[in-house]
Amino acid sequence: MTFDPTMLQNQLERILPTVQKPGRYVGGELNQIVKDWDGVKARIALAFPDIYDLGLPNLGLAILYQTLNAREDVLAERVYSPWTDMELAMRNSGIPLYALESHRPIADFDILALTLPYETLYTNTLNLLDLAEIPLYAAHRSDQHPLVIAGGHACYNPEPMSAFIDAFAIGEGEEMIHDIVNAFQAWKCSGQPRAALLKALAQVPGVYVPALYEPDYNPDGTLRELRTLDLAAPRRITKRIVAKLPPPPTNFIVPSIDVVHNRVAVEIMRGCTRGCRFCHAGFINRPVRERPVEEILQAVQTALKQTGYEEVALLSLSSSDYTQIVDLVDQISKHASENHLTISLPSLRIETFSIDLMDKLKGSRQGGFTLAPEAATDRMRATINKPIAAEQLLETARAIYSRGWSTIKLYFMIGHPSETLEDVRAIVDLCKAVIAEGRKIIGKRAVLHAGVSTFVPKPHTPFQWAPCDTQEQIQAKQQLLRSELRGPGLKITWTSPKDTMLEAWLSRGDRRMAQVIYNAWQNGAKFDAWQDQYHYETWQAGFEQAGIDPAFYTHRMRAEDEIFPWDHISPGVRKSFLLGEYRASQTQSFRSDCRESCFACGILPTFAELRRADPGKHWMCPEVPIRKKKAVLEPIVP
Amino acid sequence: MMRCRITYRKTAPLRYTGNLDIQKIWERYLRRAGLPVAYSQGFHPQPRIQQACPLPLGFLSQAELADIYLDDDTLRPGEITRSLQTMPYPGIEIAAVEQVDLTEATLAGRVTATEYLAEWIDPIDADQFAPKVTALLNAPQLLRSRREKDYDLRPLIEALDVLPADSTHNAILRMQLSARQGATGRPEEVVSALGYAPFDARYTRTRIMFTP
Repeated sequence: MTFDPTMLQNQLERILPTVQKPGRYVGGELNQIVKDWDGVKARIALAFPDIYDLGLPNLGLAILYQTLNAREDVLAERVYSPWTDMELAMRNSGIPLYALESHRPIADFDILALTLPYETLYTNTLNLLDLAEIPLYAAHRSDQHPLVIAGGHACYNPEPMSAFIDAFAIGEGEEMIHDIVNAFQAWKCSGQPRAALLKALAQVPGVYVPALYEPDYNPDGTLRELRTLDLAAPRRITKRIVAKLPPPPTNFIVPSIDVVHNRVAVEIMRGCTRGCRFCHAGFINRPVRERPVEEILQAVQTALKQTGYEEVALLSLSSSDYTQIVDLVDQISKHASENHLTISLPSLRIETFSIDLMDKLKGSRQGGFTLAPEAATDRMRATINKPIAAEQLLETARAIYSRGWSTIKLYFMIGHPSETLEDVRAIVDLCKAVIAEGRKIIGKRAVLHAGVSTFVPKPHTPFQWAPCDTQEQIQAKQQLLRSELRGPGLKITWTSPKDTMLEAWLSRGDRRMAQVIYNAWQNGAKFDAWQDQYHYETWQAGFEQAGIDPAFYTHRMRAEDEIFPWDHISPGVRKSFLLGEYRASQTQSFRSDCRESCFACGILPTFAELRRADPGKHWMCPEVPIRKKKAVLEPIVP
Repeated sequence: MMRCRITYRKTAPLRYTGNLDIQKIWERYLRRAGLPVAYSQGFHPQPRIQQACPLPLGFLSQAELADIYLDDDTLRPGEITRSLQTMPYPGIEIAAVEQVDLTEATLAGRVTATEYLAEWIDPIDADQFAPKVTALLNAPQLLRSRREKDYDLRPLIEALDVLPADSTHNAILRMQLSARQGATGRPEEVVSALGYAPFDARYTRTRIMFTP
């Protein structure tokens, strides 16, 4: 079928005036890359399955967009979920989902690559496939359909979405995406059936092809084994990393409408060495690798020139831990004050030094100062391995209030393993102590905003064996906070227990969850990440139709030797190390920052070869002794 | 400091970008072009960029106007034009740059009327327009309701005629509408009053008129 852009154009012209923020659906922004459709060998649609406003600033997709379009033989375009009004208008007019650059239907692309940074995008993914007129189930797709791949943090447990995705890319995508595209191109030239493509992809390190595996379950419902169905399928898929972070993207697409983050974003460091036991990102993003200050400054300069942006965000999981943070902040703040720039530096440690850093950036103090103590008693802090003395927090708070900020935001989590109501009450006491300091210093202007979320034990973390609090437990804890955390200047926000349940089912699910996700989507679930769009009942019905008890995924204490649905995916950290950490949490033992001493999490042996090939100071793990190469017998079966 | 008046066309890429966002886009455009925009005084300094008249979302324009203030009075309009054209911004085409007196009243306060073209997206027989236009112009009043507010459209229509269709264009209506404080006519309201679906036409602003 030939593509007629004028016809779509005329249809859109009638629809767009009737929907909210039509600028989401037209493309044409500054720095978008448009290539000749017929001049390339592979066409990739990069998708963020939520609205443009959230998807456009996504750094992962920006990296892939740049690196793919840098190739002459490839084009990459963008697609996001239409909001409900636009979806309805598109369905009524028979307009299939299209890419923003060429306005081509998504089904015309060779590869549809989705990013799944969090689980509540799953129903949107199904909806996106449906709008694109691509069969939802991977098994129903033929040679004519695009290859559907997915990556991102949620894919470290790919099983709930395994029925809908042809191949998952586990880990860092900068190099892996090219291997995938190359495998695709080779297959396209070969003229072989789709099954050959899947087998070829399974050979790419870091790629998981779920169709080549089949689970067996024990009578109690737990997993007995994930069998490989093909010799091409590795028993274990180890995530990919890049030894050295490549230069960051600078040619950001500048949206023509307001989106959630209108700014240049530069990742200064990847990974985190703190070892907080609840933190999914902390375990799956190891090892820590830093970018040199010079490279960051250069990228900021170039990006500002190319975008005209007025804001820069320096991203990492823990800004304070970036070795050259003072140097970086000094240099960048000089540039900022001369150019009316705003610099944001998230994830600062709870210490007065953080305020010195923020002072140098001279940013607006309107937004408040954000800190994340996560827990309020020493016992809980030792359990989650985030040691912050109450006095240190109070001292930091005093400094914040006295140096020009009137609002402090504190992030806590309830629902940590073994947490009691006393631990929750301590959050109240701590918040009251902080606001009391504020009132002493700046009087009634002092505001404390406590954001209290609910913990979900995530795969590949030491708490993966622990159950999630029940809704009743969560409600009791939130009730306590609501009734006691009152007073002038105090504000509290929390997560609905029903939202937490969804996150828990989806992040801890196995392959049987696919049916539930499908049912929920059929029942109308989409935009589950949006409070006003998520309906718990829709999901309840989905579980009932599938004959599955949701509590199996959320509230069950796992045996130490249980085989988890995500065990075949390796983030490079050993399960035995995680178990050791889980036991250490039960005895409230601290582990210090692993740059000080190595706790043998498994990252070093996993990536030893890579590190030897590209050694250097950017890699923050302790040095690996260089060994003489021994002759190794190659195994016959891969 | 100097003040420059920029005449520009707003084209397809920025068609669905509203007025507040256009303000941001000008700010970024000037930064990219390396032009030192002046900032307002106060706790939250804002770049001094003043648009003449908001253009409704979804409209194109051949004649937008904005005044920009630059922290440099040695620049010549020709240099500014070159700087802007060297770093083009999708959706903005520079037509003219001229220096104006810093003391001159703001454009926004002097707008009296705007001219629009409404071009039909699909081919339509233009002969049917003439009697409808005559009837509309002869009506003593045109009571309409927009956003739950009743108003009379007729006094807001200063001129209305039909341009003949040619090989490249479908039928086009040209209209001049009042754009005074509290008395602003909208072209899609005129199209609607003529008995057509408002979004069957594509709207382009062609002129902004001012008091001297």
